[in-house]
Amino acid sequence: MAFARNPIVLAVAATLALLLVGSTFAIVPETSQAVVVRFGKVVGVYNPYRPNEVFGRTGAGLAVRVPFLDHIVWIDKRIQSVAMADQQVLSTDQRRLQVDAFARYRIVDAQRMYAAAGNEAGVTEALRPILASSLRAELGKRSFDSLLSPERGAVMNNIRANLNRIAQQYGAVVLDVRIMRTDLPDGTPLDSAFQRMRTAREQEAATIRAEGLRQAQIIRAQADADASKVYAASFGKDPQFYDFYRAMQSYRVSFSPKDGRETNMVLSPDNSYLRQFQGR
Amino acid sequence: MSRKNETTAPAASAMSGGGPWGSHDEDSTTRGGREGPRNPWTPPTREEQGRAGDRGPSALDELLRRARDSFGGGSGGAGEPNQRRIWLYLVAAALLIWVATTSWHNVGEKQRGVVSQLGRYSRTLGPGVNFTLPAPFERVQIIDVSEIRNIDLGSSGDGEKLVLTGDQNLLNLSYSVRWNISDARQYAFQIAEPEETIRQVADSAMRGVIANVDLTDAMGAGRKDIEQQVQERMQAILDGYGAGVLIQGIAINKADPPNAVINAFKEVTAAQQDYDTYINRANAYSQQLAAQSQGEAAAFDKVFEQYRLAPEVTRRRMYYEAMESVLSGVNKTIIEADGVTPYLPLPQIAPKAQQDSSLTVTGGGK
Repeated sequence: MAFARNPIVLAVAATLALLLVGSTFAIVPETSQAVVVRFGKVVGVYNPYRPNEVFGRTGAGLAVRVPFLDHIVWIDKRIQSVAMADQQVLSTDQRRLQVDAFARYRIVDAQRMYAAAGNEAGVTEALRPILASSLRAELGKRSFDSLLSPERGAVMNNIRANLNRIAQQYGAVVLDVRIMRTDLPDGTPLDSAFQRMRTAREQEAATIRAEGLRQAQIIRAQADADASKVYAASFGKDPQFYDFYRAMQSYRVSFSPKDGRETNMVLSPDNSYLRQFQGR
Repeated sequence: MSRKNETTAPAASAMSGGGPWGSHDEDSTTRGGREGPRNPWTPPTREEQGRAGDRGPSALDELLRRARDSFGGGSGGAGEPNQRRIWLYLVAAALLIWVATTSWHNVGEKQRGVVSQLGRYSRTLGPGVNFTLPAPFERVQIIDVSEIRNIDLGSSGDGEKLVLTGDQNLLNLSYSVRWNISDARQYAFQIAEPEETIRQVADSAMRGVIANVDLTDAMGAGRKDIEQQVQERMQAILDGYGAGVLIQGIAINKADPPNAVINAFKEVTAAQQDYDTYINRANAYSQQLAAQSQGEAAAFDKVFEQYRLAPEVTRRRMYYEAMESVLSGVNKTIIEADGVTPYLPLPQIAPKAQQDSSLTVTGGGK
């Protein structure tokens, strides 16, 4: 047993053993599906997606394969997303919209996916243009207003159905499609929207001012009317006396010297004021 | 690693009779133990080769010779059991370190540890010290669950994020989402990019809600309602994914008109101020006039009361008093009208008081 003690032999044996273990067993985590491929042919899938499964009771765990012949293709089991940014969409009323959208999908048939796309990036690349085109097609059937309304939900469902048809070929299921952004594109549409907002505000401002002036005028007129009423009630008791009373007040104000200016009066001796002056 | 090597190598070589194996094996087994899958018998690194090279002109020859010496009985029977015992110790130590570092888990108060047993989810560790099987058999992913995280969305700094409202106006919006992890297991396994997903879902939900709200509501009164609706929508979507995420709340930090039209909005505020100004001024006038009219009427009433008691006398008295006060302050000219042509020397009067009013009173009151 001398050779067994030889560390070089031991080392080589251990290395081989580890290599063998490493290429026979693989740990399949909850987040991945493992497609075992032998000479380009799929021979099995570990931890495939099943609906409504509970983590802990999935197929995750140890995978066994034939060493050196099989290799494992890892496919994400989690929900993934494909996003699509800044798509210009034309609505039925010929208005341009800039749309961002995303679709969430999950690979439910790893074997089919491997056969159709080879890897995950392939699926994303395949879904992206389809998302864009079905988005354009679906939104193109709607008016601008309805894209902003609760009807959006129906639009999304249609797009999802479209997308799902394609996704199935890749062993994927689209969970939902959502519009993140529907905006007016930069340039003329945006500027004209701004212009509209601006003029709407200007109109509002002008209306408020005009209303203010109207109210003010009414208040003043009411005040004048109230004052007239008070005067009439009081002065109407004896109009003749009022005439005299007011005249006296008026003379005092009108003929009193003001600011150093003088008033010249030429009086006739027949004047009522001078009646006693004549000694009659 | 190299420091450890230097300290242990002399001791090992002293005991084993100077073989290079002691130091080398100790070095590589500990490394293998610490780093898990790395094979302890992999070729030495360049550093190690360099060290081996220092010992002679041909490192490999030297190595083989010494190996033959030690195992072929060249150095005697005493070294062999010693060497093997050291190996055993070293392997045991490596195992111990391996187990200690990979099966001891401190889980904080806010954290949970998701344990995967050979990849498959097995259990969730609560706060405290927890033990699991060592590394490749059980792995632990520690996740902060109760910590409230914050994602800021929308306009930041100069950039504007414009959202289309239901009345097709644009709103410059900035808001934040507060969330935490409600289910560490779902969070760990269900979604590929949780944070990015929350971001997208928030954006989608917010725009969906705003698209059904008027601009004025979004800027003012409707905010609380919007926040509520967005939270509900987000939660529903994320629950649909089974994301294990709980949305704590949405906070709209800013909902302003876009910068391009903000002046027009300020103009509206200014107009509202103007409105108030107009009303205030009119009210002031109204108050003033009312007071004045009431005062004058009251004064007249008082005088009239007295007048009624003795009309003729009072009237005469008032007349003379008024005339007195008027005529005492003016230049007077009294002319016998009949037979005299009244000649008014205007040039004489004029220079003195060019703008004065000149009056000729002929005839008179009663």
